[in-house]
Amino acid sequence: MSLLEVSDVRKYFPIKSGIFFQREVGRVHAVDGVSLSVEAGETLGVVGESGCGKSTLARCMTGLHEVTSGTIAFDGDVRRDVQMVFQDPYGSLNPRRRIGSIIADPLVIHREGTPSSRRGRVRDLMALVGLNPEHYNRFPAEFSGGQRQRVGIARALALNPRLVVCDEPVSALDVSIQAQVVNLLKDLQTELGLTYVFIAHDLSVVRYVSDRVAVMYLGKIVEIAPGEELYERPRHPYTAALLSAASVADPDRPRDRVVLRGDVPSPISPPSGCRFHPRCPKAQERCRVEEPLLLGDGHKWACHFPLEPGERLRSAEVGR
Amino acid sequence: MWRFLIRRIVFGVVVLWLVATTVFLLFFAGPADNVARRLAGPRAPIEVVEQIKDTLGLDRPLFTQYLGFLGDLLRGDLGTSFISQTPVSTLILQSLPGTLWLVFGAAVLWMLMGVGGGVLSATKPRSLRDRTLTVLVLAGISLPTFVLGILMIYLALSVFPGTGLQPGPYISPFIDVGAFLSTMVMPWICLAVVQAAVYVRLTRGSMLDTMGEDYIRTARAKGVPERSVTYRHGLRAALTPVITQFGVDVGTLLGGVVVTESVFGLQGIGQLMIRSVRDGDLPVIIGAAILAAAFIVLANILVDVAYSFLDPRVRLA
Amino acid sequence: MSLTDAAFEAEPVHAEVVHGKGPWQLAWERLRRDKAAVISMAVIVLVALLALLAPLFALITGHDPLTQYPETALTPEGLPVGPGADFWLGADSLGRDLFVRLAYGARISLLVGLSATLLATVFGVVVGLLAGYYGGWVDGVLARVLDVVLSFPYLLVAIVLVAAVGASVALTIFVIAFFSFAAMARVVRGQTIGYREREFTEAVRSLGASPLRIMVIDVLPNLVAPVTVLASLLIPTSIVFEATLSFLGLGVDPRTPSWGAILADSTDFYRVAPGLLVFPAVLLLLTTLAFNLLGDGIRDALDPKR
Repeated sequence: MSLLEVSDVRKYFPIKSGIFFQREVGRVHAVDGVSLSVEAGETLGVVGESGCGKSTLARCMTGLHEVTSGTIAFDGDVRRDVQMVFQDPYGSLNPRRRIGSIIADPLVIHREGTPSSRRGRVRDLMALVGLNPEHYNRFPAEFSGGQRQRVGIARALALNPRLVVCDEPVSALDVSIQAQVVNLLKDLQTELGLTYVFIAHDLSVVRYVSDRVAVMYLGKIVEIAPGEELYERPRHPYTAALLSAASVADPDRPRDRVVLRGDVPSPISPPSGCRFHPRCPKAQERCRVEEPLLLGDGHKWACHFPLEPGERLRSAEVGR
Repeated sequence: MWRFLIRRIVFGVVVLWLVATTVFLLFFAGPADNVARRLAGPRAPIEVVEQIKDTLGLDRPLFTQYLGFLGDLLRGDLGTSFISQTPVSTLILQSLPGTLWLVFGAAVLWMLMGVGGGVLSATKPRSLRDRTLTVLVLAGISLPTFVLGILMIYLALSVFPGTGLQPGPYISPFIDVGAFLSTMVMPWICLAVVQAAVYVRLTRGSMLDTMGEDYIRTARAKGVPERSVTYRHGLRAALTPVITQFGVDVGTLLGGVVVTESVFGLQGIGQLMIRSVRDGDLPVIIGAAILAAAFIVLANILVDVAYSFLDPRVRLA
Repeated sequence: MSLTDAAFEAEPVHAEVVHGKGPWQLAWERLRRDKAAVISMAVIVLVALLALLAPLFALITGHDPLTQYPETALTPEGLPVGPGADFWLGADSLGRDLFVRLAYGARISLLVGLSATLLATVFGVVVGLLAGYYGGWVDGVLARVLDVVLSFPYLLVAIVLVAAVGASVALTIFVIAFFSFAAMARVVRGQTIGYREREFTEAVRSLGASPLRIMVIDVLPNLVAPVTVLASLLIPTSIVFEATLSFLGLGVDPRTPSWGAILADSTDFYRVAPGLLVFPAVLLLLTTLAFNLLGDGIRDALDPKR
């Protein structure tokens, strides 16, 4: 059995209006039918533009959001064995509490150990993530962004979790610090045998840490494949567009950037058929009507007219 | 817009109904004899108590009394004063001009002082001028109205008796302008000073927020003169919360400027109320309280409507 | 930097503990550098001493606050004597000792100011936290009710209540506490709504922390700053309000020495004995000004960005 099995999960947020008794006037389809599995010991990367539902998916996995429908099966206690590393190193640490007590929170809430054994554990954790254990009495404001993210990682590791969901763990950090934190996460994985779900919008970071990568668009997974495969042979036009938009550190590669037309449609009333069709250079009539399924073996994609391996999105199509 | 207005009016009526009901229960709930005794006061002779019980029909079931009370209110019948035996509505109408003159006169003054002070303070934040004004504002906020009032009377009567200013009952300006002014100037200043302190603070804060906005920087960048930036671009947007506060304050004060009227012996709604409480003149207290509540509710509705015209970002759904 | 940083492994764990300066400590240091706030604190301490030591002053002067001393306190013409060795600040029109009465008046002012603020703070924080954290229709109704309550003036409600149930210290405290409660609950509710969605509350919620623990351990410490500032500004408001009610004869029993009542007594006599007006007025003004200045100082100290 996989460590985590997500089956057809949907998460809709009601939009309410009214003064006394709120009526529901619409729904945001943040996550709309996502299925995937995470195997023990691997890193699953999830990429997509902001607003595609990847953070909501992460919050469903950690039990922060109750799913609207579908199931999330986890081999273990979700509250205990799934931990989260948050995006904002400033917002995720309570400014009025000392970092020692912040890191000890998981132990306290799960009634683990005595106050003195917790203190020892906190010091060990701080050393493990590269913080000076003597600083446990300090406040978050006395740390830099990178150090705060280490605090967040130490907190996530306190209970020896089986799965760590990292929600854009480095996107708020300086580029120079990003590498340190990403390497720390990779080293910790080797040392402790962790499993990660790694969410980011930065394709190069995801590529660096992930064994497999899932691409999300408007609440759905449009393509999922082992890392190299996805980056070398994208089949879904959206994946190809994302990849071409990312900066490429290879001067020999032709720089044909595909610029997507228009904005991401509203998740309140997503387009019919394939959700990508209003912006897709390859869209045809069928895409407007029939929703493509996520099919394939190992490398799955949801597209009626996928790119052939090696095919590039043509600029002519893009300019249409 | 109309739907919003109707909803606000319905809500206002509900609030008024709740106020009337609360007031009714406060005074009339309980055994008839106790209620009558409470209304008559502890030293009133038993005949008076019995008379009150009869005239008000306190023997009837509470709900019947309540319906009668609401019915009278809806017909605009506020009852008759125990003390002077005049209709409450007449007493209120007699007291209203004093309060109206006091509020509107003071309003002009406090807006001039408050908004002026706020602008002076905000255009040079942290300067000596700003800090002086801040201290003055703090003093104004700390100074109880009645203390300011009696200090003013003391100064006018004992220290500078030549000014001709004196405390006293309201005299209509259409009868004697001189007497009107000599009694009104001190209450105007007293009320205005206390109010102005709040308005300086409000204007300053609002101005500072506005002057930090991008469009102000844009205006400066494109070469709009500083005066024009301050007054045409800044002040206009900054005044929205000030005007909101102004509407609410005027509405509240029209229900009786209790302290100022009492200190200066100006016979307005506020003093009518205080006198009635001392005399135990129940119908007058109830009438004045409901009138005050009506002013407050009305002012809040008007402010909400005005808000939609002042701030284009607010769309009333 | 790798995770097995040699420097840390070599470092003995029992090295001297590094204590960070907490936000409270920093705020206190800033407050201590604020001259106006320090002077205000001194004034408040003096007023508190005046209140605490009131019976002592009565003992020293031999003057009870309620007793009239017509032989010593009034001149042959029947006018109150001025300040002197016997009556430190003079006597009032009935021949009572003004200083002793003012000292006892400080007790009423501080009692009303502090107890009303304390009540309002406790209830306001609890209700605001619950409403803000749980939200829903209860919160919607509550927010609306607080709006309506706050749109009515204190004084109008106090007048109607006094007319209905009679004046007393308890009623005064209740009215002030009720209105201050509304202001406090509104502020706390708004702040709580903001903190409920912050990532650090999500972090503990994902661990299965109970709502009570989140409200008390994770949200409450962040509310201390706004609550302290508001509470410190509610105290002078309450003191002024009590004095106003007493001045109008709607507060404490008129014989009780309260600053407002003392000022009301003075109105007919200050032309002959200005001290009757000036001393209580200055005392009241100094007290409220000190509390207001201290409140401003606390706000600046807690939020230096402003």
